[in-house]
Amino acid sequence: MTSGTTQLEIRGVSKSFGGVQAVSRVSVDVQKGQILSIIGPNGAGKTTLLNCISSVFHPETGTIVLEGQDLTRLSPARVAGRGIARTFQNIALFRGMTVVDNLMLGRHIHMKNGVFRSMLYWGPGRREEVEHRRVVEDIIDFLEIEAIRKRPVGSLPYGLQKRVELGRALALHPKVLLLDEPMGGTNHEEKEDMARFILDVNDEWGTTIILIEHDMGVVMDISQRVIVLDLGEKIAEGTPAEVKAHPQVIKAYLGTKASV
Amino acid sequence: MPEMTLPQFLLKNAREHPAAPALREKEKGIWQEWSWADYLGHVRAFALGLVSLGFGRDDKLAILSDNRPQVYAAMVAAQVLGGIPVPVFQDAIAREIQYVIDHADATIVFAEDQEQVDKILELKGSLPKVARLIYEDPKGLRHYADPLLMSLEKLEELGRKLDGERPGLFEDLVRSTKSHDVALICYTSGTTGAPKGAMISHANLVSAIQGILEVEHYGRTDQMLAYLPPAWIGDTFWSLAGSLIVGCTVNCPERPETVLENLREIGPHFMIAPPRIWENLVSTVQIKMADASWAKRRLYTWLMPAGEEAARRAMEKQPLSLRLRILRALGEFLVFAPLRDQLGFRRTRYAYTGGAPLGPEIFLFFRSLGINLKQVYGQTEAGGVSCVQRDGDIKLGTVGKPFPNTEVRLTETGEVISRSPCVFVGYYKNPEATIATLRDGWLYSGDAALFDQDGHLIVIDRAKDVTALADSTKFAPQYIENKLKFSPYIKEAVAVGQDRPYVGAMVNIDMENVGKWAERRQIAYTTYTDLAQKPEVYDLIAEEVERVNRDLPDGTRINKYVLLHKELDPDDEEVTRTRKVRRGFVAKKYADIIEALYSEARSVGVTSVITYQDGRQATVRTELAIRRVGAARELAGV
Repeated sequence: MTSGTTQLEIRGVSKSFGGVQAVSRVSVDVQKGQILSIIGPNGAGKTTLLNCISSVFHPETGTIVLEGQDLTRLSPARVAGRGIARTFQNIALFRGMTVVDNLMLGRHIHMKNGVFRSMLYWGPGRREEVEHRRVVEDIIDFLEIEAIRKRPVGSLPYGLQKRVELGRALALHPKVLLLDEPMGGTNHEEKEDMARFILDVNDEWGTTIILIEHDMGVVMDISQRVIVLDLGEKIAEGTPAEVKAHPQVIKAYLGTKASV
Repeated sequence: MPEMTLPQFLLKNAREHPAAPALREKEKGIWQEWSWADYLGHVRAFALGLVSLGFGRDDKLAILSDNRPQVYAAMVAAQVLGGIPVPVFQDAIAREIQYVIDHADATIVFAEDQEQVDKILELKGSLPKVARLIYEDPKGLRHYADPLLMSLEKLEELGRKLDGERPGLFEDLVRSTKSHDVALICYTSGTTGAPKGAMISHANLVSAIQGILEVEHYGRTDQMLAYLPPAWIGDTFWSLAGSLIVGCTVNCPERPETVLENLREIGPHFMIAPPRIWENLVSTVQIKMADASWAKRRLYTWLMPAGEEAARRAMEKQPLSLRLRILRALGEFLVFAPLRDQLGFRRTRYAYTGGAPLGPEIFLFFRSLGINLKQVYGQTEAGGVSCVQRDGDIKLGTVGKPFPNTEVRLTETGEVISRSPCVFVGYYKNPEATIATLRDGWLYSGDAALFDQDGHLIVIDRAKDVTALADSTKFAPQYIENKLKFSPYIKEAVAVGQDRPYVGAMVNIDMENVGKWAERRQIAYTTYTDLAQKPEVYDLIAEEVERVNRDLPDGTRINKYVLLHKELDPDDEEVTRTRKVRRGFVAKKYADIIEALYSEARSVGVTSVITYQDGRQATVRTELAIRRVGAARELAGV
């Protein structure tokens, strides 16, 4: 799916917490339609980098540019409005609300009517609601979660909650999708399903995907490009095969006795 | 009417009621409708698309899909050309799919989605006759470059192009279909040997539907739900032939997991379900009642027994006392009608159970709710259904009476044989089996049965399975097994004892129900095997076995039993896809265990190979306890 144009430029991004340098001077070019994985040991700064891209934190140095527009100082809501959606390591959904309602919330950034207009049953508020519901139903169909559409999220097994969270991010119709450990804590079958959905999202809508994942099998299978972080620094970048063969990667991440 | 073919019925419906709903499928949360005109349009495009691909008379179209409107359109499309649809069980393992498609000489396969396409592409090397693979849902298939593949959209486009070039071709093709053409090859998952392809003609299907229409009333505005595997004759009988002939609407569920929800939305007028589904519905009600408010629970426990009593008396054709009438009227208002509505049976005139025997408690449960549940019986080889219990003449344990157009007799050995216009053409490429099954126009069913004094048929077992102990006492293993399986704690059972001194039983516990039972008693367990081997669970099953023994003739009571370490699984060939025990195979596979049932051993070791998710394998050895019935207490703790 790589079309060769850089969609997201991350330039010299650094972020520290107290004395700890979580991310230091990391630069990456992400191509449109690419699946890029970020790997590295615990505390390597992977989630911090994702948080910088989605503006949960603002980096101390460096810039983040999406399709020529600087996102570095924007609020998270504005970054979402520019087309960057994400999921979280520990699922961030409204547990008491149904799957449909959670996904509808994912559409809020595209809702144009204000509070008062939306409160009226008739007219543009209703039309808009129907239109968004259609988008949400497409996502439900895509992720094969029809059977749980009316169930409160909190009552679902963990693997399905992960899927719903992906759905919530997709509801934004993002250009770039950030996934923080989408397969964390799921079983083998759920992992396979999730890998297939990630590939299908990329395939169907050409969405650029940046994911953090620990399962090396999955990473090597689905990504086109991999970057490796260690102690906040990017120590390698390349295709899965290149990264696997990189001596520093073997040492820092895969252990000295390489056995992938 | 018997001279008409299914495509001709479609043409007739589309002409007479073009805008009436023919098929529906829930998609993206909304029921999408095909009118009869739409149905015809899709069949026209599909059929002519097949013509452009060179598909013609006697060619076979294999179908691998859940219930979708496109599945039925594909079947009729093949029939229009004098071709034959061959539906394949969509969840079968690769080897079975390969066998059926290859044996049927299918040249084109119609697959629902990526999952099914992947199965066929993996088997490509061993399916040399398959020239095209048509798929319906393009999701995930965009980058597949295999030359076999073609989308349904593209196929229909080819068809519409041809229709423009040769108008009238489609109508000519439909006109030239003959009622004695083979309309369908249905592979039956036999309990012995490889599956056999039963060739069923249009005349067979039409006669079978006519047979049921002589005793039941179906109308054009009736709704039904198509949710059983299209490869099963029960689905083809109603969802394909029934709908085309009667003109009623077939509704396809959104996903297999949403069937119960969709059932409620549709509220079908008639419905067929195998015992498994009826059993699930009972547990659904029981779970809901357990969570219901105090008042509702009280009403339920107060009025349900009255409903049961009334239903039982009605079956025995006895009058109801005034007290019972009042209670039932009250129950109807407060409990039964609301429950029927909750389940989706508010409008149901006929509910059928078939394929296997249904427990009497379950049967009675639905009848007490005022649901007209009836037993049906038939063979794939006789168009699906040929006996049904008549309204007002329902008896527990029977399968009712044959359709008026069907003659049923018993041979000297008690085997059911039948003669009717529904009896099939023969098995595809299997003349030996055809000769063995079809003799002088009679269809030999292989089922042992008897008629009761009122002419109701009672099916006992597969004729060849009726066997004898060493002292030549006759017994029917399936009869014993079914009694065992009526227990909520027993999922599957195999009774053995041919040429042995007594009957022994191998039992699969029902993991869900036994698991819950164990949790309530705070019995800790890890796996299926671990749970099955708990002495407490052996005690629990002992009670069930003793209950069954009370109903069995003296010589054929179960003497010893063992709880198996794993569930019998169609993937391991121990049971068929329709969950019938494959005795010969099981006897061979579990020879050690069976031997132990007839020795003094108190346990038997089994080794099983476990394949982990990452492909590693490990061999695990388990000791299975052997229990003598009646000696349960003394041996507790083995």
